[in-house]
Amino acid sequence: MKRGSSLLMAPTESMRYYEALGIDTKLVLDAEELKQRFYGLSRQWHPDRFARSGEAEKRKALDMTSLLNDAFRTLKDPITRAEYLLEENGMGPAKSAPPELLEEVFELNMALDELRDGDESARGQLTDARARFFGMRGEIDQDLAAMFANYDSAPSQDTLSQIRATLDRRRYISNLVRDVDKELNK
Amino acid sequence: MSTFQIDFGNAGSKIVGIDLGTTNSLVAVMDLTGPRILGGIVPSVISLTESGDVIAGSEAREMLLTHPERSVYSVKRLMGRGITDIQEELKLFPFHLAQGSESVLRLDVGGKVMTPPQVSAHILLKLKNDAEAELGMPVTQAVITVPAYFNDAQRQATKDAGRIAGLEVLRLVNEPTAAALAYGLDKRNQGIIAVYDFGGGTFDISILRLHDGIFEVLATNGDTHLGGDDIDNLLLRIALEDIQSEWGEDISGRNDAVQLLRRAVIDAKEKLSFVPTAVIDMQYGGKRYQREINVALFDKLIEPIIERTLVSCRACLQDSGIPVDEIDEVVMVGGSTRIPLVRSAVERLFRTRPHTELNPDEVVAIGAAVQAGILGGEVEDKLLLDVTPLSLGIETMGGLVSKLIHRNSTIPASATEQFTTAVDGQKNVLIHVVQGERELVKDCRSLARFDLKDLPPMQAGMARIEVKFLIDANGILSVTARDVRTGKEQSIEVKPSYGLSDEQVEAMILESFNEAEHDFQERQVREARVEADAILAATEKARRNDVYSELSDEERAVIDKSVNELLVVYHSDDHLLIREKIDALNDATQSLAENIMNNAVRGMLKGTKL
Repeated sequence: MKRGSSLLMAPTESMRYYEALGIDTKLVLDAEELKQRFYGLSRQWHPDRFARSGEAEKRKALDMTSLLNDAFRTLKDPITRAEYLLEENGMGPAKSAPPELLEEVFELNMALDELRDGDESARGQLTDARARFFGMRGEIDQDLAAMFANYDSAPSQDTLSQIRATLDRRRYISNLVRDVDKELNK
Repeated sequence: MSTFQIDFGNAGSKIVGIDLGTTNSLVAVMDLTGPRILGGIVPSVISLTESGDVIAGSEAREMLLTHPERSVYSVKRLMGRGITDIQEELKLFPFHLAQGSESVLRLDVGGKVMTPPQVSAHILLKLKNDAEAELGMPVTQAVITVPAYFNDAQRQATKDAGRIAGLEVLRLVNEPTAAALAYGLDKRNQGIIAVYDFGGGTFDISILRLHDGIFEVLATNGDTHLGGDDIDNLLLRIALEDIQSEWGEDISGRNDAVQLLRRAVIDAKEKLSFVPTAVIDMQYGGKRYQREINVALFDKLIEPIIERTLVSCRACLQDSGIPVDEIDEVVMVGGSTRIPLVRSAVERLFRTRPHTELNPDEVVAIGAAVQAGILGGEVEDKLLLDVTPLSLGIETMGGLVSKLIHRNSTIPASATEQFTTAVDGQKNVLIHVVQGERELVKDCRSLARFDLKDLPPMQAGMARIEVKFLIDANGILSVTARDVRTGKEQSIEVKPSYGLSDEQVEAMILESFNEAEHDFQERQVREARVEADAILAATEKARRNDVYSELSDEERAVIDKSVNELLVVYHSDDHLLIREKIDALNDATQSLAENIMNNAVRGMLKGTKL
């Protein structure tokens, strides 16, 4: 199948995940309350409740429930929730690596290569790097929490751009941690 | 018959819950008092009789020993599989493939060609008949359980089997989830539980959150080709080698000998769950083979198999995001969990004593009945939120997989993608959908190719086709597409990579109706004969009564003639004719019966003091 560059972004009705769960478009949500809403709406709309209904009602139940499930899955995690909100605002993730990390990543990749080639001395360096990146991610999460609260109280394009850049950095670091873990645990 | 039925609504029909297992199957129903097993355990074996009928269950399991070439067991291993998937199975199981198995597997059962769904349909039919006999009403709708780790094709094949058996499959429920429902009904309504389901041919692990009647599956993992069968095969291999060196002959090619040995191996295996040593004991062709196996050797043999289940458990824990010390209970399901080493390994991993008090053979069917009750509206406070076990993706450039719906997503789940054309005037777009966790298409399982057809001629990149992928509550994918610019539905041709097309299933349903007609006929004849037996016996008894001698010669002649006529048609296959003669005899003996009755009443009155 040919797709590649011909793939387009899917347009969606804006913020339908928030709408499906009946909540305001906030970045800070109460996890327990969200779950209770999800359970309540599932009880109402799950196809199990419509097993003996007509085709139209069955179809509606199926569509509603799949939307609910997709919404809850996306919104229950603060990071995917923020990604969703940004995406809905037309701010997709950046493709390139954060420039301030380039040098460190270069060294890290060298160490990863060495370990792959059987050079065990690289292990220490990688363990250190992992701890450092892990710490960075922790800090980023704290920063994000503050930015999320900031956005909720005073929504602005500036805050969103700031969140966008921070999320890109976070995703990049997460991938690094994952790659290092994979190599260390081999 | 003068019995009457009480109708509890739903127009008299009941949804049954069916555990369609690798080794055994079971049907249950939700009653006013709770779930109830109907009939008994039905071995998942079918056999072709000499007269050309297919039988299923215990009788078929006996025939497996005498006529292995006309019998099939463990067919669940073949459901929704292609010929390349089952090479391992073919080495270890006596499946005989028929011609034309390249696209759809076909089994040669004593000369009769059957697909795996058709074989399963015979097991389902047996369960359906058992349920109807016990409920005294027709059964047309069912919930059927499947291993949680079954992929789309395996699920579809199970649904096809139901259709072929004349059952509307209202829902496929994952086996560990069904067990959790049964367990939750009985024991616990809050907390986190793990269900470790190790059956005859499949292994599943599921982690669930229970909350006020909601059963939310957080993660699931497993192996659809790992079970008690594999343990049997390990022991079987050892025994076959032994026999080769002891008897100086290789009996592995002799189907009947292998089936006898397999039965002996299973006996020994089952004993080892309770005693420290057991003997594999078989006689064949005037020779006897005996070998003692102790638990230590047995444990050593099966350890790699158990380790494979633990790998799945660890992955499932990781995916669930639940730390192991937050697991409140582990529920054990499936016959293989009777093995002590399995229990201790599970206890060590989850750091909690596994629950074994539910009957591991029945708990899945009970859970299926609860789900049937949920669908039927009898159970209102419970709701199951299950997940898809495998990620769903589409092929992109370079043979890579772009994931659309991730594993462990709550179902129903959906994803929408837009497609367009790459060259001017392109008329169709082909979408290849795969299931699996790997990054390359070749390492995933191909589900189907969807052909978006008859696109209007346009410049490259101008078409806007929105395709919606939807996994329903059964874990089965459906795909719809629409032209974004016109809003019109876009036609799609589906080419499933494995399994049967809709037309093929339809043809099999027709075929099974013909067979069912034949089965029904048989049953009618059998029932008529039972009635004939009853009236013949009653007449014989009446002839010895004093009243008989009081009849006129003419009356006696009519009775004798009627008896003879009934005996003549008794062995015919025409149940209407048998019934006609039964009625005639009934008429002929009516005054005799009345006289006997009156006599008896008189006798009673005589002895009564007023």
